[in-house]
Amino acid sequence: MADFKVASTDATLAEKLLTWVDNRFPATKLFKEHMSEYYAPKNFNIWYVFGSLALLVLVMQIVTGIFLTMHYKPDSALAFASVEYIMRDVPWGWLIRYLHSTGASAFFVVVYLHMFRSLLYGSHRKPRELLWIFGCAIFLCLMAEAFTGYLLPWGQMSYWGAQVIVNLFAAVPLVGPDLALLIRGDYVVGDATLNRFFAFHVIAVPLALVGLVAAHIIALHEVGSNNPDGVEIKAKTGSDGRPLDGIPFHPYYTVHDIYAVSVFLVIFCAIVFFAPEFGGYFLEYNNFIPADPLQTPLHIAPVWYFTPYYSMLRATTDQMMTVLSGLVGLAAVLAIFKARLGSAANLFIAAAAGLLIVLFGGAKTLLSSLGLVGLAQSWLLAGFEAKFWGVVIMGAAVLILFFLPWLDQCPVKSIRYRPGWHKSLYAVFVFFFFALGYLGSQPPSEPGNYVSQVGTLVYFGFFLLMPWWSRLGRFAPVPERVTFAAH
Amino acid sequence: MSERPIDDDKRTWLIAASCAGAVGAGFAAVPFVASVQPSERARAAGAAVEVDIGTLQPGERRTVEWRGKPVWIVRRTPQQLDSLQGLGALLADPDSARKADELTPEYARNPHRSIKPEVFVAVGICSHLGCSPTEKFQPGAQASLPDDWAGGFLCPCHGSTFDMAGRVYRNKPAPDNLEVPPHMYLSESRLIIGADKKA
Repeated sequence: MADFKVASTDATLAEKLLTWVDNRFPATKLFKEHMSEYYAPKNFNIWYVFGSLALLVLVMQIVTGIFLTMHYKPDSALAFASVEYIMRDVPWGWLIRYLHSTGASAFFVVVYLHMFRSLLYGSHRKPRELLWIFGCAIFLCLMAEAFTGYLLPWGQMSYWGAQVIVNLFAAVPLVGPDLALLIRGDYVVGDATLNRFFAFHVIAVPLALVGLVAAHIIALHEVGSNNPDGVEIKAKTGSDGRPLDGIPFHPYYTVHDIYAVSVFLVIFCAIVFFAPEFGGYFLEYNNFIPADPLQTPLHIAPVWYFTPYYSMLRATTDQMMTVLSGLVGLAAVLAIFKARLGSAANLFIAAAAGLLIVLFGGAKTLLSSLGLVGLAQSWLLAGFEAKFWGVVIMGAAVLILFFLPWLDQCPVKSIRYRPGWHKSLYAVFVFFFFALGYLGSQPPSEPGNYVSQVGTLVYFGFFLLMPWWSRLGRFAPVPERVTFAAH
Repeated sequence: MSERPIDDDKRTWLIAASCAGAVGAGFAAVPFVASVQPSERARAAGAAVEVDIGTLQPGERRTVEWRGKPVWIVRRTPQQLDSLQGLGALLADPDSARKADELTPEYARNPHRSIKPEVFVAVGICSHLGCSPTEKFQPGAQASLPDDWAGGFLCPCHGSTFDMAGRVYRNKPAPDNLEVPPHMYLSESRLIIGADKKA
């Protein structure tokens, strides 16, 4: 019982209770460390609300999810009807369902904007690399959560979407078909798949998500938040050790975030009550038809938040792989003749490029076009087919995000102090991301295909070439203190 | 805890905003709490049941399911009806006065506990712990029954006994008479259980 704090004799009952708790659990200490004495930069702008909005949406999804699970039946014969039961017979069931489906889309809107803020202000740079990595892991878990959740209504889109995505895993060489069998629990998507996806969606992935979100916030609080100027506020502290440009999170940002939450809820509720299907983007029309394993709907598209990556998958054709092989060759040539890395490195680059070109199927295409058909057919030079590379590219598009802290070699963190053309580059990236997204929701078409291929190259070029382009240009001097105008 | 003077305006706004938030939270909670109540499907499943008793013979008992529970319809013989008198001292609640609103609707507050004297309708669940009693219409001494047994029901779980009007005997584990459900006659031979003129 050493070091027990004792409340003064004229303390109120509340104070005495708090002292009792504090002697056994660090309640006041935690509150001070993470709220009332946690200093956040005072120049946060609207891009900084999306973190707490994401937390709000997570809580909302969990609560609405719990109430949905009270009535939903994870059995392929009963699932679709149970969702209609929730919509029609359960008191207020329709509202809880729409809150959950709109919440899923809202989660992705908020998370994409949250990630973009990091690109704008360099919030992924040192010392926040691990914070960013936790965030990318959350993004991956979120995609898994959305995917497993989408199978549960057991509509046409649910079934065929799951079928396609599980077959993606079957495209992996050697282990693919067995892997797909393991995921499905059966030879086709069926009751076994539904039951295990239910287990993943309701408990496994949410637990992982909650753990990762906790890690994400702890990592943030360890280093402190970045800000729109990219200035480290901890560098300038006052005589009391507190950052001069910092304000306590509580009450400033707790109140600020309540306002942001209210604006968000207005927009969110407008959608829930007046347009929950959102033109077929949030609740796809085909999903109001029960799953039919014998007939695929005419127009298959994943839910809107997966469409950019889906576009990249569809864009990867033999032609695309030939272009990629050419680019690899070009990059190798440039590296060997321009980078002056020494003969050992040059040899390694040449060998690696050669191997990649073979694997991409570029060697096969080259040999066929030269008329050496026999050689082209040999298994040594055949490489993997475009179907496999499509899956790889889709996966790589997400995984490349993990490497952003090391790809970004810009001497300044925030876009405010970068040359103007960096902003244009960002605009091009965003434009193509949206274009890929739009094209992914449409049926395939000739011009659409070309634009998707260009978009895929722009997306990967933006990241892979970042160590080079982020160093180019003249940078404005970064101020020592944040730019803030009282308002 | 702080030396600053109290900012009354700020305090007013804080309290006002908190009240508004609490009201909002209350409204938001309503759909969730309401959703755990019985759904339309559950209520439909609990709807009234129609029974045709045209073929029910005197001394015969029929059982139908209403709201997941067995409901007995017994066409009592004149002897069985006579046996109801004179049992007063042996019964715990001969006038069905206890929990009358729950167990005995107005039209059953009479010596035979039914609308028509010869047709007895009751929920076949013992008022002790919920088992369904067995039919013991034969008067006279039998296993687990007294020598002067007048006919009625015996609950196999803990030995409670009921007479031909579902009234519980004294000194038995069951405290109350059998419940008479809401019911009414649509015609001489058609009976509806779960709905009555009051509803």
